[in-house]
Amino acid sequence: MAYVAVKGGEQAIDAAHAWLAEERRGDTSSPALSVAQIQDQLGRSVDRVMAEGSLYDRQLAALAIKQAQGDLIEAAFLLRAYRTTLPRFAHSKPVETAAMTIERRISAIFKDLPGGQVLGPTYDYTHRLLDFGLLEDEAPPSGALTAEADAAAMPRVPDILGQEGLLEPDLASDREPGDLTREPLSFPAERDVRLQALARGDEGFVLGMGYSTQRGYGSSHPFAGEIRMGEVSVEIEPAELGFAIDIGDLVLTECQMVTRFKGSKTVPPQFTRGYGLVFGFGERKAMAMALVDRAMRAEELGEDVTAPAQDVEFVLYHSDNIEATGFVEHLKLPHYVDFQSELQNVRRMRAEAEA
Amino acid sequence: MTDRVPVETRRQRWMAILARAPAEGLMTLLNEAGGAPEYTVLRGPEGGLVMVRGRAGGGGAPFNLGEMTVTRCTVRLDSGLVGHAYVAGREPRRAELAALVDALMQDPERAETVEARVIAPLEACQAARRTERAGKAASTRVQFFAMQTMRT
Repeated sequence: MAYVAVKGGEQAIDAAHAWLAEERRGDTSSPALSVAQIQDQLGRSVDRVMAEGSLYDRQLAALAIKQAQGDLIEAAFLLRAYRTTLPRFAHSKPVETAAMTIERRISAIFKDLPGGQVLGPTYDYTHRLLDFGLLEDEAPPSGALTAEADAAAMPRVPDILGQEGLLEPDLASDREPGDLTREPLSFPAERDVRLQALARGDEGFVLGMGYSTQRGYGSSHPFAGEIRMGEVSVEIEPAELGFAIDIGDLVLTECQMVTRFKGSKTVPPQFTRGYGLVFGFGERKAMAMALVDRAMRAEELGEDVTAPAQDVEFVLYHSDNIEATGFVEHLKLPHYVDFQSELQNVRRMRAEAEA
Repeated sequence: MTDRVPVETRRQRWMAILARAPAEGLMTLLNEAGGAPEYTVLRGPEGGLVMVRGRAGGGGAPFNLGEMTVTRCTVRLDSGLVGHAYVAGREPRRAELAALVDALMQDPERAETVEARVIAPLEACQAARRTERAGKAASTRVQFFAMQTMRT
């Protein structure tokens, strides 16, 4: 072990936590932030904490954000710790993203795709200028949202492009997928485990890895085939019932990245795909995930594995921010004895060097 | 017509509606539909998790996406009918009421009233919410204008 147990400091710890609670509350002359406010008004933080905490529960994620003073990795850590206290009732049937209630759906490769380009509540096309109106709690503008709901079909872009046979098809399988919450990561890691790890991976890490593939480290010339966000229903099949039941809705974001592939000995030239799926409205994460998923398929597709994002072990061992923060931050714990021995070593080496 | 639909399918419909119903609204509607009969809670309400699965590429091999919180409850009416509920989230009261209404919907004497006074209004309310959001989404659909080409 790199550290030893030490006694003492209980009073200091109690005082530190008391001060933390005071700091968390902040100036008592302004009203306390409610969990409902965080849930409703800091939705993107809630989404990120649910994704990285790997637990979909908007209220708990909001509570964790409040408790962690907005530190989103700490909040995700709180969710991961909480989930270990609960039994697992079931796993769901795979969610049908094709049947998603669409709130946003865009394609960068087909302008006139069936169902159209639906922008949804996006930051795209905003000017990224600070809105000082928000300092004064201005009400949001109304009036622009006037269209009638329609029932336009929204086929997934792979299903459109797939009809020509130019896009690699999804290979259905009923194999029981691996589960990182039950078995530790092992290699070679199949795509099911890689996707689970990416879905709960740190957004910043996955984003950086995805970005590196665009900059030439394992370049794959991707196109955003489709991004869709909205609600999907979740179905489970409880043993006591013997049939599938719908237990509610989740907001998910899905990204299909499409990449030109020159073909191999067994596969003709076509477009290959990378896939991203995350809890909540997390477009940046879903896109980055799809890029990294595609990069990690290099070996499967007979490409040279040369870049960090193509190195499955490297990506999966470093994508989890709870593990990463645990190991980086453990360096804060007392290492007094280790350091004493290091000190003696360096003193001896110095004495020898000067002799 | 409803007689021709298998009971399982009809039950799936009302359970899906109940899974999305708020506890307070459900209680109010149930009171208007004759109130709650005597019942025994057989299990729960208890909180747990469901592992949500997706498919690689959207249609390929399944993978584990992450978990969600779920509350389940099973009740038995004095008549012997058993109701089940699994609902997303952590609201014991909501799960218990959903299980109770599931049992009532299996009772031929209560089903018609409960359908009309509880299930149908909840369904309409849920459909209205979906329509409202779908309308907002439709407002943000891009209308492309054809560009006149310069090569004539």
